[in-house]
Amino acid sequence: MSELVIFVLMGIGAVAGGLTLILAKNPVYSALGMLGTLFSLAVLYVSQLAHFVAAVQVVVYAGAIMTLFLFVIMLVGVDKSEDTSETIRGQRTAALGVVAGAVLLAGYLWLSGVFTWTIAGAGTDPVNGTVEATGTLLFSEWVLPFEVTSLLLIIASVGAVGLALFRPRKGGE
Amino acid sequence: MVTPAWYMLLAAALFVIGLAGVLTRRNALIMFMSIELMLNAVNLTFIAAGTAVGSLAGQVSVFFVLVVAAAEVVVGLGIVVAVYRRRHTADIDTLSEMQG
Repeated sequence: MSELVIFVLMGIGAVAGGLTLILAKNPVYSALGMLGTLFSLAVLYVSQLAHFVAAVQVVVYAGAIMTLFLFVIMLVGVDKSEDTSETIRGQRTAALGVVAGAVLLAGYLWLSGVFTWTIAGAGTDPVNGTVEATGTLLFSEWVLPFEVTSLLLIIASVGAVGLALFRPRKGGE
Repeated sequence: MVTPAWYMLLAAALFVIGLAGVLTRRNALIMFMSIELMLNAVNLTFIAAGTAVGSLAGQVSVFFVLVVAAAEVVVGLGIVVAVYRRRHTADIDTLSEMQG
């Protein structure tokens, strides 16, 4: 019962945050909507016993990534209003069509009952994503992908530094 | 009782919202945040499916998605700032030099 209450509250919070993200005129409000979605999802993760992932979600996503986003939003300027005219004719309508199609597809799949799994053996313990359990799996079975992510992070850092080193030439483009 | 299907439906809703944001907004930062929203929707499906089949691999996958998202944000925001220094705008329609 409590899981249902948490799911409904946090689901509404997540969807409301997402709608704020795409509808708000001011990019700062968009970022705050995103933040609400991230926190709601973290609570949903906790309700599914994914403790480690929930903590990482709050620390990395809500903490680091969104701070970076807010920093860049402030740098790029929040006062410039977005040009909302359509450059490509019918693009807005086409986007709406794509979204409606996705919604219909999800509804169809929902009704046809594809989303039902056989839950892992009734007597077994539920998956408990503690730091210990996740870390053990990460450093035994998944150790190669884990090491490859370090390479990815180094490439990303070098790329970001490289981007920052380019200076526009004096007097124009 | 909340079944995995409920989580899938919520994730689908979040993904579609993110898709709509990417398709309709013109501000590079908001498009970027919409992409992050789609990644989060996928993370939710990973967690729900992992819990449903009784495997911890779903949660480990979320960890990797998080790392990739962090790397993507670092490079992407670097590009946005680099473009802003040249053009003084974050509007993607002004970046049309490379079109045929």
